[in-house]
Parts: sequence; C-alpha cells; structure tokens
Amino acid sequence: MSSTFDTVATIISETCDIPRENIKPESHAMDDLGIDSLDFLDIAFAIDKAFGIKLPIEQWTQEVNDGKATTEQYFVLKNLCERIDSLVAAKSA
Amino acid sequence: MQFEQFKLVDRIVELSLAEKTIRAEGVVPLESTIIDNHFPGHPLMPGVLLIESMAQTSGWLLMASLGFERMPLLAQVKEARLRNFVPPGKLLEVEAKLVHEGSGFSLTSAKVRSEGKPVCDATLMFRQMPFPTSDLQAGMIDAARRMGLPKESCLDV
Repeated sequence: MSSTFDTVATIISETCDIPRENIKPESHAMDDLGIDSLDFLDIAFAIDKAFGIKLPIEQWTQEVNDGKATTEQYFVLKNLCERIDSLVAAKSA
Repeated sequence: MQFEQFKLVDRIVELSLAEKTIRAEGVVPLESTIIDNHFPGHPLMPGVLLIESMAQTSGWLLMASLGFERMPLLAQVKEARLRNFVPPGKLLEVEAKLVHEGSGFSLTSAKVRSEGKPVCDATLMFRQMPFPTSDLQAGMIDAARRMGLPKESCLDV
C-alpha cells in the first residue's frame, strides 16, 4: 500500500500542483485537497496508466449518489489505494 | 463545413473500431459571417473552430465506439498547437485516435492536415454521459449516417 500511496501522491502532486508533503493517506481528495471532478479525471487517467487498471469511477459515483457508499470509502487516499491494490490483484489473478 | 450550423467536418472518410481511429474531412467555407469577420480582408479559419473540428471528429469516433449508447462532451483540450493558417476553400483532413478509455471519460489524440501540411493537433478529453433524450440519440445516429459513418457502426433505433 505504501508504494501505491507514493505513486498516487506523486500523481496528485504533479497533476494538481499540490505540495507533496500536504498529501497524506488520511487526506480526502475533494474535501481536504480541493480536487475537483475535472482534475480527478486527469488523476484517474494517470492511475489507470500507472497501474494498468480502470478505476470504476462511474460505479463509485453512482454508489455515493444512491447512498450506498460514502465518499470517504473511495476518495480518502488510503482507501483509494486499497481499492487500487485490489484492482491490480484482481487483474493479476 | 457549415460554421453557422456548427458543423466542422463534412463527412467521415474512414472509421476503424478495431484500430480505434477515424478520418474525416471538410472544406472551409468560402462564405460565412465568421470568416468575413476573422479577419476583414484577410479571412482565416479561427483556431477555436479547428479545435472544434478535432473534437467533432473525435466525438463521432467515441459515439461509434460506445455503440451510440452514450455521448461524449468535451472536457479538456491539452497542448493544442495551431501550426498553420487556413484560408477559405481549403480541404481539411481530420484524424483522431482513441488513446484511453476510462470509466466515464475518454482521451483522443487528434490532428488536422491540409495539402499534406500539419495544421493543428491536440489531446482531447471527453466526459461520457447517457443521451439526455432518445430524440437526441436518434438525431445523432441520423446525422452519423448522413456523415458517412458505416451503417454497422450505427445503433438501430
């Protein structure tokens, strides 16, 4: 997870011009880092490329909109990284 | 091209869903209120419309690749380069390639050439959304057929 977090934090820092030291595993991408939906598409693109996966953003957004999940489950970075690790593992299986 | 109808390519020349590429072309109109005013006595196709021609060409590719179930909306123009001026009457060849299909978004790489010379290029990002109405969906499929999109690429509605 720490290596995943390092990669994701670097992507966020470079994509959104946020100082790397401000990006913590507990940071919420939108609420704490101020990332908007357009910037998050850039981040998703970079994550897709870096990990060879396809982040299911639409499904996550739908679950949040339907009240089946909270934004924290997907957009707090440590949770996001766990989901990336799961997607990578599922792809390798 | 019909600037006033916001039609920035005339026809689709080639579509490959396997290669995820499309080629389209259009002739810059000789007469248009836009051309007349950009610039008086020195008419040139506006750069923003060149970018729109790449967006529309990419849009046809994306709609075809999505089976006309969803529509793309331009979200970002990355690193657009306007390399040469284009006067009225010139034939423009527009190409686009799908470079990434994400969840709810797509990226294309597109370029325009005229008489073998590069005119402009950019990477474009699109959000995808369901067609807001079935009328719009049907209208886009009709337009795609008129543009020359292969029949098998158009959803039957």
